[in-house]
Amino acid sequence: MSINLLRLFGGRSATAPVARERLQILLAHERGLLGQPDLLVTLREEILAVVSRHIQLDPDKVIVKLERGKTVSTLEVDIEVPNGFEQMVRGGRRAAGG
Amino acid sequence: MAKVLVVTSGKGGVGKTTTTAALGAALAQSGQSVVVVDFDVGLRNLDLVMGAERRVVFDLINVVQGVAKLPQALIRDKRLENLWLLPASQTRDKDALTDEGVGRVIAELKSRFDWILCDSPAGIERGATLAMRYADEAIIVTNPEVSSVRDSDRIIGMLDSKTVRAEQGERVEKHILITRYDPARAARGEMLNIDDILEILATPLLGIIPESQDVLRASNVGSPVTVNDAASAPARAYFDAARRLGGEQIEMVVPTERKGFMNRLLGRKAA
Repeated sequence: MSINLLRLFGGRSATAPVARERLQILLAHERGLLGQPDLLVTLREEILAVVSRHIQLDPDKVIVKLERGKTVSTLEVDIEVPNGFEQMVRGGRRAAGG
Repeated sequence: MAKVLVVTSGKGGVGKTTTTAALGAALAQSGQSVVVVDFDVGLRNLDLVMGAERRVVFDLINVVQGVAKLPQALIRDKRLENLWLLPASQTRDKDALTDEGVGRVIAELKSRFDWILCDSPAGIERGATLAMRYADEAIIVTNPEVSSVRDSDRIIGMLDSKTVRAEQGERVEKHILITRYDPARAARGEMLNIDDILEILATPLLGIIPESQDVLRASNVGSPVTVNDAASAPARAYFDAARRLGGEQIEMVVPTERKGFMNRLLGRKAA
């Protein structure tokens, strides 16, 4: 209220609320980045290990992303598998069985 | 029980060295023994702000490397007999500091002083991480300005993860000290106000140091502002902060300049 009055008389707008809002958004993002890399690295390694037990994978083709939303966040796991991986599975089983 | 306190910020130029000198002198004036340690190897300035620049013979690096003994490197303040300075080296770089060596020097200082104030360099590199490494408490010096608040947030994260205390599952007690604060500009909405900063950083407040020409005046003559003009607004704010460090409960006010009648009549000085 007082800020609005000052705005009327002073002609210059208050910039502090803008600063505050920008900081809040930025820091929420940066704290997430700093807090999460370990979690994502762990998830990626464990997912890679589980899937690799059954399918031969190129480790570089396993992408794990965490998107933060206001109410929900999504964990996106993108794994590219080579064509004909079924044969590789069977081949693997035979090798293991023999 | 000796306390190790790091004065840090991430951002440069916010007032770490001024604060280290002013608080060190304020604590010493209350009768406690204090050493201020400059960790800004290669860019030392605490000696200059304390007016001891011509008395530096040995420095922190010499002690860390065993070239000099600690008592040879400690410089006693000319004005306060229980205030001492351990200067940084001006000719070496921060890689000359080792974790183990700093730990040894801090342990020795703890056996001699009530307070060990570590003046951190700006940044988040080796000098800054070693300055905070052995801290029991931390003062995060913050200006009411977006880049300073962002860097303070980063430093708070490091205090919670990279210190010996954090690694042992204990916590470093953290305090925000807001410097260069202009109450009039904050009231006009031109400057982040105290509540905004504290809410964003979620860390308790140690004190508010008003923007003042007395700070520059004191550093010009090489004297902590709490010694140079103890009645000035920034000095009073630093004395309050020092008492809060000692556990006293003191009402949080921003001391103001005592203006003459004509000044008051003509309004504030140009910012």
